[in-house]
Amino acid sequence: MAEFVTVLVDGIFYSAWLFVAAVGLTLIYGVMKIVNLTHGSFYALGAYAGASFTGAWIAHGYPPMLSYAVLLAAAIIITLVFAPLIERGILRFMYAKEEVVILLITYSLFLILEDVIKLIWGVDPYFVSEPYGLLGSFDVGEMTYPTYNLILVGIAIVSGSGLTLLLQGTRIGKLLRTVIHDPEVSRAMGINVDRFYLVTFTFGSMLAAIGGAFTAPTVSVVPGLGVEIIVLSFAVVVIGGLGSLPGAALGAVIVGLVRSATIHYVPALELFVIYFVMAMVLAFRPRGLFSLAEPRKI
Amino acid sequence: MSNITPRDRTLPMLGAVLLAVIVLGPLLPKWALFLLTIAIAKGMVSLGLMLQLRAGLVSFGQALYYCIGGYTAGSLGRFFDISDMLLQMICGASAAAFVALILGFLLARYRGIFYGLLSMALSMILYGLLAKSESLGSTDGINILPSTIFGIRPVQEWVRYVVLVTGCSVAALAAALVQRYLKTPLGQLSPAIKDNEIRVEYMGASARKAIHVKYVIAAALSGIGGALAATAVGHIDPDMAYWTTSGEFIFITILAGTRSVAAPFLGAILFETIRTVAFDISPNTWQMTLGISLLLVIVFLPEGLWSLFSRRKAA
Repeated sequence: MAEFVTVLVDGIFYSAWLFVAAVGLTLIYGVMKIVNLTHGSFYALGAYAGASFTGAWIAHGYPPMLSYAVLLAAAIIITLVFAPLIERGILRFMYAKEEVVILLITYSLFLILEDVIKLIWGVDPYFVSEPYGLLGSFDVGEMTYPTYNLILVGIAIVSGSGLTLLLQGTRIGKLLRTVIHDPEVSRAMGINVDRFYLVTFTFGSMLAAIGGAFTAPTVSVVPGLGVEIIVLSFAVVVIGGLGSLPGAALGAVIVGLVRSATIHYVPALELFVIYFVMAMVLAFRPRGLFSLAEPRKI
Repeated sequence: MSNITPRDRTLPMLGAVLLAVIVLGPLLPKWALFLLTIAIAKGMVSLGLMLQLRAGLVSFGQALYYCIGGYTAGSLGRFFDISDMLLQMICGASAAAFVALILGFLLARYRGIFYGLLSMALSMILYGLLAKSESLGSTDGINILPSTIFGIRPVQEWVRYVVLVTGCSVAALAAALVQRYLKTPLGQLSPAIKDNEIRVEYMGASARKAIHVKYVIAAALSGIGGALAATAVGHIDPDMAYWTTSGEFIFITILAGTRSVAAPFLGAILFETIRTVAFDISPNTWQMTLGISLLLVIVFLPEGLWSLFSRRKAA
């Protein structure tokens, strides 16, 4: 029983992290139909910005309790620098191309950003563990967990429910759903589709960067950080259905729980199991668990 | 459409290149022999990707079969003491083709990004298994026995040359066979599938079967490539199946284009050269160089570098 609780708690923490890392990918695909490999780059950018900004903040002796705000600000600032540049500078000229070609374009951008990161921050690892240790810990049964883990759960809940409310409950959300349904007609109706694309791309990338920034204190930030995130977020997003918000949440929970269970019971299958679930879902429900029948447009 | 040039000079060209490698090989420095061998190995995989790309399919998991080829070669040495290069390549190709035959029933139903995503998931499954399997060296991988051919072990001085010539001969043969295949009705279906699958079905052909066949051929080619790379490097590890490896292959295929069976090899040589030179000049920006080249090719030469050589046809 105690072990089951451990699996569950680990799984929830892992799911929350996965959701924050992956939800931007599904948002961008849902609105713009772009399979965006630069998502991993933004995760890495967020992690580097978070680690270096927070490191500097603490080194200056400013109140460490505010380092959480610095992490958030770092992620937001770094995305505002890079995301509009990529969307306005390159991607917007490519929207007419096939999905697969756009995928390849984001792949080349991913390669470029990998080295941009190395040029800015060098190749030495960054550590900022202060925000991680600051909050102390709490007990569940016999296990002790760092309270810091709850922050990501909080971010996951806020971003997930915030996005849902925005999409379903506001005027902007309604316009956005129109753009998703038919960008051409929306444009004809006077909706500024370009602006929606810009904002969506920036906001989706920002979520990845926030995920990266808040992960930074728990790991050493090294080159290549974003590479693994890309496949992981694809697994999460594909399981739930590309472009679906509740799908991303479900995918994160499934992958999170399955992984934490395998780590506890059959550690050798840890990596295998994630992609096995992804392949199974693709094999039986290619459009994901949360997909609806797609109306065919002529 | 993307038919090969009117009077087909592909076969004499392949022969000439092979001859050139055999004659000029001994004059080349060792690093160039190695670079060429790896390029040939990767070119084989890209040749397989090209077959799929001609039908409009991009596999983000071709590394699966590259890795199967490599590990088949490695296991032959480790468990059965077999170090013959040709035998390793044949077994690598067979193992890869067998797996593809089974997975093909599933994958041939997919198009667009779902084809890419499912093939990526499949290759990551293999990565996950290999990275945790102790008997095959986990993430460190294993070393390969020194290569022999027809039971003879070449002297140290000549190993690189022998491996290159063997690889080149196999590649030339494979390219010639693929060329033959492209001329068959089944092979000529590819551009039609890309253009309009419904029309293909109305003609009475099965797009799914054609894709399945391509998928198996592509896997066999990648298996040979994997075995060759394993022999040349002398080491295999699970990264051979990681998605970034598949990305490299796609890179080569897009760079080269789909107009000739020789294009993937040219693309691979170019890729390895860019990478080696860029890495030498500035180790921290070689990926950026690759990324920018890929972006430029996609935007300005959507049919690949080969389109610079072949005559442009009226659309």
